[in-house]
Amino acid sequence: MKKNMGWKELWHGDSVPAGTAKEFQTGDWRSERPVFCAENCIHCYFCWIYCPDSAIILDENKKVSGIDYRYCKGCGICDVECPTKKDKRAITMEAERK
Amino acid sequence: MPTLAKTGNEAMAEAMRQINPDVVAAYPITPATEVVMIFSQFVADGLVDTEYVAAESEHSAMSACVGAASAGCRVMTGTSSQGLQLMSEILPIVSALRQPIVLCEVNRALSGPINIHCDHSDTMAVRDFGWIQIFSENAQEAYDSVLQAVLIAEDEKVRLPAMVTTDGFIISHCMEKIETMEDDAAKKYIGEHKVKNSILNLEKPITLGSLDLQDYYFEHKMPVVEAMKQAKDVIVKVGKEFGQKFGREYGLLEEYKLADAEFAVVALGSTCGTTKAVVDELRNNGLKAGLLKVRVFRPFPGEEIAQALSKVKAAVILDRSDTYCNQGGQLYTEIRSAMYEAAKKPLLANYIYGLGGREISLEGIRQIYKQLQECQSSGQVIHFGVRE
Repeated sequence: MKKNMGWKELWHGDSVPAGTAKEFQTGDWRSERPVFCAENCIHCYFCWIYCPDSAIILDENKKVSGIDYRYCKGCGICDVECPTKKDKRAITMEAERK
Repeated sequence: MPTLAKTGNEAMAEAMRQINPDVVAAYPITPATEVVMIFSQFVADGLVDTEYVAAESEHSAMSACVGAASAGCRVMTGTSSQGLQLMSEILPIVSALRQPIVLCEVNRALSGPINIHCDHSDTMAVRDFGWIQIFSENAQEAYDSVLQAVLIAEDEKVRLPAMVTTDGFIISHCMEKIETMEDDAAKKYIGEHKVKNSILNLEKPITLGSLDLQDYYFEHKMPVVEAMKQAKDVIVKVGKEFGQKFGREYGLLEEYKLADAEFAVVALGSTCGTTKAVVDELRNNGLKAGLLKVRVFRPFPGEEIAQALSKVKAAVILDRSDTYCNQGGQLYTEIRSAMYEAAKKPLLANYIYGLGGREISLEGIRQIYKQLQECQSSGQVIHFGVRE
């Protein structure tokens, strides 16, 4: 996206092309990080559906394979939605600074 | 063309039926209830293809309108007074998103004290939200202007929301003879809705309503400024074409026996009809009286008004609302501002009248013309017809 556009260059009606959030790596906002455990994952895709920043990585076989920390803001929705049992969590939240 | 007996509300609902919008989201409020109530009957009877959303408040109604317009729908609604105020948080969003939503607004006094009758305080309170505002003198004009408003709002150069107003009870509930179009003619006149943006268009995905801070907010307001400038010519063009097609021409203003007038009244809405009757009477008695009807309040036809008033000796600006700024009502303050650069300035006085539906009679208008002839200095603000 071009920087400092004049008003005549803007898109109609306050609309913006979709997907521009890609340009803003919001991972450094995080105070907590979700940690992914592949062997506990049941691949239900709840985290992938619910993640507001599309930060859940799927591998070439469309299996959940990790977190994209460039964009993950650490909101914890994936952890809340993950249906795995307490002693076999696929996602757990850890503090960024211990 | 069919000639029918219709109230202002029925006339507006009839125009809505012929426009056949994709979505109407509304909440009822006196005296505008019938507009959307009659329309909802059209929906129930299958006379229109509209998705009708019965919202739980006007705030929700206008929000649903924004959602529907964001999906590329042709959208309409109706409200009045407190309802318009409850919508007011959403109204500037509609203009910023350049959504051509058309609103049938029935002018009613704002609380408090609570009142259901006509004045213009509700419409004036939302004058600075980037909406086109068209006032109607009678049910015929309300019908015609609702149809024109769709073309004006959806014009490529404009793409702004528009509200067409009638005066509560005086127009909304009084039955008059009006001429309507045949359904086919109306359909042809209105045409297909051209979708500019749609959040449902997967070919061209967009984001609407994103956060816009110091870096871009200012730039995003400018298209509304420009569109409002363009709207003037478009309103004139649409009004002229309407005249060619259907025999009733419209503009920003209507001059009634003003060309050689010495004393003029400037007014909005139904009071113009009362004033015309008095002008005729005074003319018969030899007084050069005239009327300047302001049909369009937004965009404000300042230059056109200054030009129209340049030849009169004195003019009274009638305001059916007050600004409480100690300088007069909305119409007066804006006209006075527009006259600043004018080479020829008549004496101007401001009469604030008819608040809360207080009747303005023929005799009242006669008195105003009489006092106008005695007017010696500019700038008086008089609250007319109130007991001390």
